[in-house]
Amino acid sequence: MDPDTDIGGPLHRFPITNHSAIVDARSDDQLTRRRAFDTILTSYWKPAYKYIRLKWQADNEDAKDLTQGFFANAFEKNHFAGYDATKASFQTFLRTCLDGFVANERKAGHRLKRGGNMDHYQLDFATAENELAAHAAATDLTPEDYFHREWVRWMFTIAVDALRQRCEESGRKLHFQLFERYDLREDANVSYASLAEEFGLEPATVNNYLAAVRRDFRRVVLDKLREITATDEEFRAEARSLLGVDVK
Amino acid sequence: MKWLSDDNLDHLRTIARNPDFSATKYTFVKELGHGGMGTVYLAEDRELDRLVAIKVLNTPEITEDLRNRMVREAQIIARLEHPGIVPVHDVGVLPDGRVFYAMKYVRGSRLDEYAAQHSSLRDRLRKFQAACDAVAFAHAHGVIHRDLKPQNIMIGSFGEVLVLDWGVAKITKKPTTDYTNESVQSVDGSNTSAGTVIGTRDYMSPEQARGEVSQLDERADVYSLGAVLHFLLKDQSRPGKAAQAICAKAMASARDDRYSTASELSADIGRLLDAEPVSAYRENVIEKVGRWVGKNRFLVLLVLAYLLMRIFFIFTSRR
Repeated sequence: MDPDTDIGGPLHRFPITNHSAIVDARSDDQLTRRRAFDTILTSYWKPAYKYIRLKWQADNEDAKDLTQGFFANAFEKNHFAGYDATKASFQTFLRTCLDGFVANERKAGHRLKRGGNMDHYQLDFATAENELAAHAAATDLTPEDYFHREWVRWMFTIAVDALRQRCEESGRKLHFQLFERYDLREDANVSYASLAEEFGLEPATVNNYLAAVRRDFRRVVLDKLREITATDEEFRAEARSLLGVDVK
Repeated sequence: MKWLSDDNLDHLRTIARNPDFSATKYTFVKELGHGGMGTVYLAEDRELDRLVAIKVLNTPEITEDLRNRMVREAQIIARLEHPGIVPVHDVGVLPDGRVFYAMKYVRGSRLDEYAAQHSSLRDRLRKFQAACDAVAFAHAHGVIHRDLKPQNIMIGSFGEVLVLDWGVAKITKKPTTDYTNESVQSVDGSNTSAGTVIGTRDYMSPEQARGEVSQLDERADVYSLGAVLHFLLKDQSRPGKAAQAICAKAMASARDDRYSTASELSADIGRLLDAEPVSAYRENVIEKVGRWVGKNRFLVLLVLAYLLMRIFFIFTSRR
């Protein structure tokens, strides 16, 4: 098929199942804004931290302070409310803001001190640092591509975690175990048949369980995307970027 | 949280975008391609033990009523029994609400791929004419394709021409055998409300591009066929004025200026292939003579050879 088929109008509408944190970031209500900010922070802190380490060559302590400082400053000054979806994706907007923030800090010779007046968030920098040490960035990636790739990785990581939680809460631990063993496997020798034997199931049951949990996974990913995009167009563009397909 | 490797990410991307066929009689095999309207997958029909191509459309949640209507409309299209038509032979809804159409899996080359390997104008025109004939057959049964383009015309292994992807076709009138008890409907149901644009921008008629759904008739397909012809002619160094005129007539902005049916367009292509005058172009005397000479080249050469021999004998006998 060709890539040029185009379509518009009501066919592209999709049911809005979640609030958009980007939209809520403009709310006058402090609590709503706080919740929206937490969602944005959760979705972006790790790619932001790694990006600062790579692009700005910051040491880990400096990068921690800059990451904390960037998000604290953005919340305090309500920067995310100024996002215009017609100009760029939120991801690009956030990265541009981050570059501006770090550049200003460097120019002013600031060293953001931990424990000052700034908000501090409980972020697992140690794990992020371990990942950086264990998985070096490919040399052919631009910092911008690296930021995007790490964001994709982080989005899927969050989605897998949410899926695990959803499966546990609904009494479907076995579904998630199969998903973890097959779809997150490092060993190419794992098959439906080997899983069936390992878990004492029929291969058809393994097939059905995996189909169901993958359906949930897709929904979790799209819900997450919906949360961190402002408009239908941006949602579809990000879904296309993340999954490579158009979504309803 | 587990570290996800690049391989993990690629796999998760794949499973998140692949359709869930678990509630159907199909087993996912692989993705064949995707575009703005949906994605086509190769799947195995477990009941009939055969491969099929399945197009999954980007559609919103649908109601039971709409689903039933879509099934009935797919049935109408499935009745288009013509060797040049690959019909929709199944329609359904996936668990995530997306609608799918199952089609015969055609092995061969798309017309754009075929044209890249076959530069002969006559060969291309013959293939094009066969596509026009298939579309004309559908029109005669009240079905407008609405998304004709080189990518939706396949050339099979034996040179056969097949028009596929009737998933967004529109039913303009009741078929000869009325089994629906319904008035005019479209295969994509409520999605064809005014303002909705269905088709491919480079190949759609102006009225289609404006989303004038109720205005669409056979001439919208004639325009698209003209655009396909334009695609086939554009890399030809000397396509000929008659071929260009046919193309221009088919692609006229005002639909009243186009061929009124795909049959008329096909007939003009046939005349062009037979070196007969075409309705789209008025020749001057020199062009008429040139065409006649081109058509009767063997006869002209024979007469010329005879005359030359006569002149030679007259000349030699006088000496």
